[in-house]
Amino acid sequence: MEYEAVIGLEVHAQLLTDSKIFCSCSTKFGGKPNTQVCPICLGMPGVLPVLNKKALEYAIRAALAANCEVSPKSRFARKNYFYPDLPKGYQISQYEEPLSTDGRLEIKSNGSNKRIRIKRIHLEEDAGKLIHEYSQNWSYVDLNRAGVPLIEIVSEPDISSSDDAVTYLKKLRSILMYIGVCDGNMEEGSLRCDANVSVRPKGSKDLGTKAEVKNVNSFKFVQKALEYEIRRQISVLESGGRVLQETRLFDSNQGVTFSMRSKEEAHDYRYFPDPDLLPVFVDGKWVEEIRESLPELPDVRLERFIKEYELPPYDAEILTASKEVAEYFEECLKHYDKPKTVSNWIMTDVLRELKGEEEGIKTFPVTPERLTELIKLIDDGTISGKIAKDVFSEMVSTKKGAGEIVSQKGIKQISDQAEIEIIISQVIEKNQDEASRYRAGQEKLIGFFVGEVMKATQGKANPKLVNETLRKKLKET
Amino acid sequence: MKISKDAVRHVAELARLEFKEDELERFSEQLGNILEYMEKLNEIDTASIEPTFHVLGLSTPLREDVVKPWLSLDEALENAPEKEEGFFTVPKFIED
Repeated sequence: MEYEAVIGLEVHAQLLTDSKIFCSCSTKFGGKPNTQVCPICLGMPGVLPVLNKKALEYAIRAALAANCEVSPKSRFARKNYFYPDLPKGYQISQYEEPLSTDGRLEIKSNGSNKRIRIKRIHLEEDAGKLIHEYSQNWSYVDLNRAGVPLIEIVSEPDISSSDDAVTYLKKLRSILMYIGVCDGNMEEGSLRCDANVSVRPKGSKDLGTKAEVKNVNSFKFVQKALEYEIRRQISVLESGGRVLQETRLFDSNQGVTFSMRSKEEAHDYRYFPDPDLLPVFVDGKWVEEIRESLPELPDVRLERFIKEYELPPYDAEILTASKEVAEYFEECLKHYDKPKTVSNWIMTDVLRELKGEEEGIKTFPVTPERLTELIKLIDDGTISGKIAKDVFSEMVSTKKGAGEIVSQKGIKQISDQAEIEIIISQVIEKNQDEASRYRAGQEKLIGFFVGEVMKATQGKANPKLVNETLRKKLKET
Repeated sequence: MKISKDAVRHVAELARLEFKEDELERFSEQLGNILEYMEKLNEIDTASIEPTFHVLGLSTPLREDVVKPWLSLDEALENAPEKEEGFFTVPKFIED
């Protein structure tokens, strides 16, 4: 039987506020344990939470960017469970009446557009961090993260493959970073993903029993964890078994998911409205102001790049996937007006140097100004395209400008006709045999001669000129 | 009205409370009485009334996003029954 997967993702994104959601402690990552805490986030008796305005604003920004409806009135609720990373014994979250509902994102799936509906985006607080490795018998608790503002973005189960899940996640991350509400750093846990996965016979309308795969923290692991989990559930069904509704964790070393059987785990959260927090009334005017302030989103920018710069869709997609790369590209065009040439440089050389850390482009030593300076040196014949690649690497490692490197290293292209003719004569002199074979019709030998000339000039000879002159000279003798 | 001992046991477990058999008996009776009293509310038709979670018609106050340090590390850990090198410590609870 053929099966299909049904996947819904719950993404937690940390909001880029300076202070926590309900108290004034710092949200900074990597601080000394328990130095960013106060009676409120430690859950001391008698304290009251007060909502951070910026956290609310960022959550609304995210909701609007994901095409959600922002509710004029929403409420906070307590999610009750005991766990040592949760000092109050409950997490302040939203349950009934979330901040926003009914959004959607469009993703590309096998070349066509697919709509992933978003059920809700709500605000909540993060829990602390537990470290189990320090001791055999004790777990260590750091509550700096307790109370850091999160939004939870819950998709409908509209995703049917691990590829689509990763595409959706990348798109969501890109949008959150475009609108500046989340730094998207999955390693530091600023973006975390839980997946609800079930499988069913292809074409069936009924949903199978789902398992929740928790805390998968990189695109690669999401892909692997989902692939494994889908395979596992199919083989359970095929061998006549039943999929259990349970929480599973992903072991990235072995590439498998395994059941999280913790005796402390209770799935009865007894949500109720938090009496310490009044309802959140969001003024429609404020929502409109926030909507107005949203930057151009990736989809719109992609279309614009295709139209305005006549880029192939493939280029436009890569360039707009990250806000920083898109801005870098447009900055280059202020200095140089051939979009496709700039695009080629960014997609190959620049992105290769960034090694997947697209945001690093902001501090990249080859600034838009310097990159375009380099490209102009090719255009005016100062250096060849091949030498330019070396100059580029040199610019990355030395942080120097192209012109400076070219003059320092004496790698200016030889475009002087007379000089090239002398070198070519010498090369032909030394390779009489090949020259006569060329004249006898083995025209392929031209490549050999070009290579010899390049060798003799350390690659500095203008390739076009070498080619032309060689053909002429070889015929002459 | 009486609620089952199992229900009492379940709620107690969620609250990390442990009761003896006679206590379970007593609580199932008492909790039942409380719920029965609450049942009185069902005598009123509230279909068209919004639930009242707060008596104030106010929106939650908002704070500006400004960091203000409050406790030192020592103060934060002062009341902790167990601590180690700047951490709260708890008996290990995950199974390896």
